Amino acid sequence: MTGDPAPDSVGRAGVDAAVAAAYRSDWGRIVATLIRITGDWSLAEDCAQEAFELALTRWGRDGTPRTPGAWLTTAARNRAIDRLRRASSEAFKLREIGIMDELDAWADGHEHDTDIEDDRLRLIFTCCHPALPLDARVALTLRTITGLSTAEIAGAFLVQEQAMSQRLVRARRKIKNAGIPYRVPSGQLLGERLPGVLAVLYLLFTQGYSGVPNELADEAIRLTRLLARLMPDEPEVTGLLALMLLQHSRAAARVDGTGVPLSLEEQDRSWWDRAAIDEGVALLESALRRREPGGYQLQAAIAALHAQAAAAEHTDWAQIVQLYDQLLLRHPSPVIELNRAVAVGMLDGPAAGLAIVEALAPKLDGFYLVPATQAELLRRLGRAEEATERYRAAIALAPTEAERRFCGKRISGLGGGSATRRTP
Amino acid sequence: MRYMMFVVTDPEAEEYVASEDTIEEWVEENDRRGRRVLGDRLRPVEDATTVRVRGGETIVTDGPFAETKEWIAGFDILECEDLDEAIEVAAAHPMARFGRLEVRPFWPFEE
Repeated sequence: MTGDPAPDSVGRAGVDAAVAAAYRSDWGRIVATLIRITGDWSLAEDCAQEAFELALTRWGRDGTPRTPGAWLTTAARNRAIDRLRRASSEAFKLREIGIMDELDAWADGHEHDTDIEDDRLRLIFTCCHPALPLDARVALTLRTITGLSTAEIAGAFLVQEQAMSQRLVRARRKIKNAGIPYRVPSGQLLGERLPGVLAVLYLLFTQGYSGVPNELADEAIRLTRLLARLMPDEPEVTGLLALMLLQHSRAAARVDGTGVPLSLEEQDRSWWDRAAIDEGVALLESALRRREPGGYQLQAAIAALHAQAAAAEHTDWAQIVQLYDQLLLRHPSPVIELNRAVAVGMLDGPAAGLAIVEALAPKLDGFYLVPATQAELLRRLGRAEEATERYRAAIALAPTEAERRFCGKRISGLGGGSATRRTP
Repeated sequence: MRYMMFVVTDPEAEEYVASEDTIEEWVEENDRRGRRVLGDRLRPVEDATTVRVRGGETIVTDGPFAETKEWIAGFDILECEDLDEAIEVAAAHPMARFGRLEVRPFWPFEE
């Protein structure tokens, strides 16, 4: 085993933290390269897993190596060689010698950094291949690239661990059986495939943002950061990273002390993460300079206008409505129209917003944000009874307890009817 | 890798336009590049016969159930580097527009 064990032995907590940090920085890299060299997804994940487990015991005993990444690479390489030797049969001998040589070159650091970067990029595109079902793309991206455990992924998506495990097994099997390539698509195909990759990353982010307490939003930002670094010439990638950072900057201010969501107007803006906002705005500006606007850049621009308003009443609603218009030209969607209606309600008054929502309602039947938006606009028009009725309709459709409590709180605030569920 | 590509009719696809049916060029191009091993058009479902053996007895019936609007109208056996190449070949087939294509890998002999 190579690596340079430090003489001083660190405590248990120190070892756990060191392994956790190495997990975040090195898991995806190790798995990605093992997959390229061996072509075997299960073997790659198992060997990486064993290397990290070994680190937990060895680092506790001998101290954390000075270059944890190199130590883990060597450990994973050795596991892979062991397994291949054990499984070896005459038919695979020749191919195997090539694999062994490549494994050695990798662990000895003879590979170029660009190869390793390329491996991670290949892995992202393969995990997000459109021939895999969407839920499998999301799960595989998390398991393979970020190294989240099957149990953690199952928890985040509220499914049984067994079911999640099956989903991953089927996805890996299809990659092998259907011949899904381990490659970054080139030319025209890259343009066709990139939006699918970005959609998976954004789905990860919104899942982490939707109230389930987990770290998916952070993982999504980390992955998008990686992708933005690997693909600096794609403004939509940078735009997506900007969008995530700007939305995430409000994370600490989004809910009150009891977990009930707060509207943008209600949030304490001093809780917004200024560093994230500054970075998001700078990224957005660099993306927009390429003059290839896209959906994520436009959404990021809207988020930036909110983030830069010192107070809710300073929000530039006219420009936000314009940006929604541009977004709708590219991506017609009733949900975006609903968001635009809210902005129009702020710019031209609640009656104008309400008229748009009424016209939209049939296209979004059963979507709780329709009655919730109507209620908010009716409240601002002083039509308390109708607003109460609409909040009740929203409570009946709301997908989470937090959203039901949000509407309940609004009904209480109207003073009129009694809330179905009052907050203390 | 070897793939079977089923050419399937699809009532939700674009209306067929004979002048835009570029099948000859597609066949010529993919034969030349060695990506198409064999392929043909098939007679419609009305001309099909279903054969079953049940309890040792051979039962022969007309067609599969004819109510379906989606049926296999032809096939091509493709030899491609990987799924992305097979997708590229399939997407260039005129029936990708006027119907749809289902690409399935062969089950290798040694498995």
